[in-house]
Amino acid sequence: VLHTTRPLHTTQQSLAPVPPLPEKGGEVRHGVIPEEFFQFLYPKTGVTGPYMLGTGLLLYFLSKEIYVVNHETAAAACILTVIVYAIKKFGPDVAAFADKLNEEKVATAQAMKDEAMQSLQTAIEQEKKEQWRAEGRSYLFDAKRNNIAMLLEANYRERLLTVYNEVKKRLDYQVAMQTLKRQKEQDHMIQWVEKNVIQSITPQQQKESIAKCILDLKALSKSAHAAV
Amino acid sequence: LPAAVLLKDMKLMDVKLGQLGSWLAMRDFTPGGILGALRRGYDRYYNKYINVRKGGLGGISMVLAGYVVLSYMWSYSHI
Repeated sequence: VLHTTRPLHTTQQSLAPVPPLPEKGGEVRHGVIPEEFFQFLYPKTGVTGPYMLGTGLLLYFLSKEIYVVNHETAAAACILTVIVYAIKKFGPDVAAFADKLNEEKVATAQAMKDEAMQSLQTAIEQEKKEQWRAEGRSYLFDAKRNNIAMLLEANYRERLLTVYNEVKKRLDYQVAMQTLKRQKEQDHMIQWVEKNVIQSITPQQQKESIAKCILDLKALSKSAHAAV
Repeated sequence: LPAAVLLKDMKLMDVKLGQLGSWLAMRDFTPGGILGALRRGYDRYYNKYINVRKGGLGGISMVLAGYVVLSYMWSYSHI
């Protein structure tokens, strides 16, 4: 038989989020009797019903000696007066103090929760930023490719320059060899010619040329004397 | 017409006076059942009067008054 009082699988059946605590507890009248009792008797007897019931019960207990009046009754009366007086006087202050304590506890818990939420939020934003950054990887790869291309180019040109220098050195060597050879040939020929010429100057020719020179010098000196 | 609810699952306030005896007989009187009933009663009282934001005096004063009455009943023969 299906139970109509128990609905099946209608709620989320999860433990979180926990529902918040109710603001105020059940109403209690005069500190000892819950309000539901008064509401229970209200339709039949109105407002004064429970009080009449209480009075009647009290008189019945006293008359039938179910509640015995002895020394403890006097003590109870004094104690109850003091208690009621103290509650009426200091009640609100104590309540405010307790509320303040509760407030602080709740505030610290709330602060922790807010902090956690905030840190998670910043973590989310940073994650999104990292994702955005990762999108720019194509630029990074282009830059790297450019770098490598430049390196290759520079290396190629360096080697080209080395090749050119080496070839030039070898060609210069050949040119230097040729000029040296020609120079040596020229010098040798000049020397040889000079040597032969000097050899061919006979002593006779030498004397004649010296006399000619002296005559020339004399002539020159005459013209020089004249100039001065 | 809604299907009939089993007698043993009805709440006490819905039980008619004539059915009270059979209802009481059908309750779970094993130790586990009694413990469960005590736990349920405690949970109901606790969640209604004590586990709230602005709890008042009535939560504990009712327990103390109940204790006073109970101890009077137990020591009645000594008076």
